[in-house]
Amino acid sequence: MSSLALRKAAPAAGTTPGTAQGPPLRRRIALVPTVTLLIGAIYTLLPVAWVVIASTKSGHELFSTFTFLPGTGFTQNIKDLNAYRGGVYWTWMGNSALYAGLGALLSTAVSAFSGYALATYRFRGRETIFNVLLAGVLMPPVILAVPQYLLLAKANLTDSYLSVLLPQILSPYGVYLARIYSAAAVPADVVEAGRMDGASEWRIFTRIALPMMIPGMVTVFLFQFVAIWNNFLLPFIMLSDDEKFPLTLGLYTLLEQGSNTPALYTLVITGGFLAVLPLIALFLVVQRFWSLDLLSGAVKS
Amino acid sequence: MPHTKRRRLVTTALSVALGATTLAACGSGDDSTSGSGPVSLTYWTWTPGMDKVVDLWNKGPGRKDRITVTVKKQASGDTLVTKILTAHKAKKAPDLVQAEYQALPTLVSNDALADISQQVGDIKGKFADGVWQQTTLGTKAVYAVPQDIGPMMFYYRADLFEKYGLTVPTTWEQFAQTARQLKKKAPDKDLTTFSANDSGLFAGLAQQAGARWWTASGGKWKVAIDDTATRKVAAFWGGLVKEGVIDNQPMYTPAWNKALDTGKQLAWVSAVWAPGTLATAAPDTKGKWAMAPLPQWSATEDVTGSWGGSSTAVTTDSAHKEAAAKFAAWLNTDHDALNALAKDGGIYPASTSAQLSGAFSNPPDYFSNQADFYTRAADIAKTTAPSAWGPNVNVAYTSFNDAFGSAAKNKSDFAAALKKMQDDTVADMKKQGFEVSR
Repeated sequence: MSSLALRKAAPAAGTTPGTAQGPPLRRRIALVPTVTLLIGAIYTLLPVAWVVIASTKSGHELFSTFTFLPGTGFTQNIKDLNAYRGGVYWTWMGNSALYAGLGALLSTAVSAFSGYALATYRFRGRETIFNVLLAGVLMPPVILAVPQYLLLAKANLTDSYLSVLLPQILSPYGVYLARIYSAAAVPADVVEAGRMDGASEWRIFTRIALPMMIPGMVTVFLFQFVAIWNNFLLPFIMLSDDEKFPLTLGLYTLLEQGSNTPALYTLVITGGFLAVLPLIALFLVVQRFWSLDLLSGAVKS
Repeated sequence: MPHTKRRRLVTTALSVALGATTLAACGSGDDSTSGSGPVSLTYWTWTPGMDKVVDLWNKGPGRKDRITVTVKKQASGDTLVTKILTAHKAKKAPDLVQAEYQALPTLVSNDALADISQQVGDIKGKFADGVWQQTTLGTKAVYAVPQDIGPMMFYYRADLFEKYGLTVPTTWEQFAQTARQLKKKAPDKDLTTFSANDSGLFAGLAQQAGARWWTASGGKWKVAIDDTATRKVAAFWGGLVKEGVIDNQPMYTPAWNKALDTGKQLAWVSAVWAPGTLATAAPDTKGKWAMAPLPQWSATEDVTGSWGGSSTAVTTDSAHKEAAAKFAAWLNTDHDALNALAKDGGIYPASTSAQLSGAFSNPPDYFSNQADFYTRAADIAKTTAPSAWGPNVNVAYTSFNDAFGSAAKNKSDFAAALKKMQDDTVADMKKQGFEVSR
C-alpha cells in the first residue's frame, strides 16, 4: 500500500519522465502564473547579477559607482585574489572540489546500495530503518554538526579531511530518494528474471538495477555536491587549519578579519563569483543524464 | 520472499553503512605529552599576518626554548567563541586563542581559559590599568595577555567643518549643537549616524559615561545596563535621532560607505583603528579627515571608551600551559613582536611602550595630514575608562541590535529599548544558572 503511494510519488522526486497523455494542447499563456514566475526569476537572478557585476569593480569603484554599472577592476581583482597569502584561495577551491566531489560520489554510492536494498529486499526492521531515515530527512544537518564534532573528536579525527567527508557520506535524503527511485525504476519482474537466469545478487544490482537507477543517482549526486559545496557549519566546527578550509569557510575568514582590519570586500565578492562557476559548469555537464530517463525503462506497462 | 544468505549480507552491509559514523567514534585516547622536550603549540587567531610574527618566535626565542607555535587562521567574532567552546567540550581547544575582551568572561565561566598568573611573570606594568583589569576580571587570576586596544576617538572631515563654519565639539552638548548647526546650513547632510547594528560602539559610549554593565561580588552578578549613565547616553542619541539632526542608518553598509565618501556624513565616532576602515569605505576623501578626542560629558572630564581590542589567552585544554603563557607574554610585550604585529597585522598595541615606538612614529597613510596622529592616540588611550564585561555579552549585544534597531528605525523611545536589553540579559543569565542580584 505504501509502496503504491511511493510509486506514484516517484516522478516528482527530481526527475521528469515523459508522462505525455495525448498530444500537447495549445493553450494561451496564463498571465498570472507567468508574471509570478518572472518575478521569482528576477528575485533569484538579481543577486547573481549583482555578484557578477560587483566582481568587476575595483575596491575604489565598489561603493561609489552605480550598482549595476560594470567596473574596470576584474583582472586586478583576480590578480589580488591570486596573490592573497600565496594563492590560498585555490587551495580552498581544491578542498571544496575534493569535499564535494568525493563526498557526493561516496554518498551517491551509499545511497544507491541502501536505497536498492531497502526497495528490493524484505527483511525484518526494513520499515523501521526507513522510518528512521525519514526522521533523518526532517532533521536539519545543522543541528547534527556539534554532536558529530564531539563524536569525531573521540576518534581523534577532527581537523582532518575525513572529518568533513565522513559525516556527509551518509545522506538520509539521498537514501530516501534512491529507495523511491529504485522502487519506481527497477521493476520486481526484472530482478526476478535476473535471478531465474542465475545472475548473482551483486550482478543483478550492478548490471541491471544500477543502469536503470542512473538518472535518480545523478540527482542524488547533484544534490549532495551542491549541499557539500555550500556547507558552512560542519567544516567550520570540524576544521581549524585554514589549509584544509573549503571555499565557504575561507571566504568567511576574509570577511571577518577583526575590527581593526577592514573586510576584504572585493576579494570576497570576486572569490564568491568564481566559486559559483564550477557549480554552473557541473549542472550544464550533468544535465544531459537526466534525459536518459526516457530511454532507460526496461518494461513497458 | 525467502531470506537468503546474500540478502542478509546486504542487510548487514546497510546497517554497517548506517552505523559508520558511530563506529568512527570508537577510536581512542589523547596523545598529550608532558614534561620537557620540544613543545608544539597551536594558536587560533584572526590577525592578518600573524604567521609572519610567529615566524619571528619560531626562529628566535622559540627555537632556544624548543617551543614551536603554529598559526591556524580563524574568522573573528562571536562565532569563534562558539567554536572554541565546542572544541573545549571535546577537550580539543588549541593551546592559544585570540579573544576579544568582552568574550573573556564567557570563556572563563565555561572553564575554557587557564589562569596564567604564575607563568606570565611581571608584565602588568606594561599595560594601562583599565586594559589589564579586563584580563583579570577583577580577580587575582590572569586569564589573558592584552594584545590590542581600541580607544575611541572622534573623526571628522576637516575641510567640510571649515566650509560650514563648524568647530570640533569637545563636549557632547557641543556635539548636539554642531549637528543642529549643520542641519540648518546644509539640510541634506548629517553630522553622523546612530548605528543600531554596532553594539560595541554603544557599549564604548556607555563605558565613557561611567557605566559598569556587569559587576560581580560575593559570587553574585549585578547587571546594570539600564543604569543612569547608560540611560543618559541612550537618551542623548535617541534625542538626536528623533530630532532628525543625525541619520539613523546602520554603519558598514554600502550606503554608509557612500555617505562618508561623498561627504554626506561629516563625522564618525570611532576608535583608533578607523583609518583602516576609512581607507576602504571612503577612498576618495583621503587626507581630508582629522582625528580629535571623543567629546566629553562635562568640560572638566577627560575619559574615553573602548571599541574593539583583543587578547591572547591559554586554554585549560593545553598540555603545555607554561610554554603557551611564555609565548603569549612574548607576543604582546616584546619590542620586535609588537613592531611586526603593527606592521603586518595592523593592530594598535595594548602595550603602552609600543604605542609610540617604531611602527607608530609616522601617522597612518590615510591621515598623512595629521603628523601627530599616534602621539595623540597614545594620550587618548591613557584616558580609557575601565570596562566591565559579563558572561553573556553576546546576548546583550543581540538584544541591543533588535531593540535599538527598531527604535532607531521608528525614531521611538530609546529608554524602552535599553530596558529590554537589561531584561533580556538578566533573564538569560538566570537561565544559564548565574546568581543575579538586583
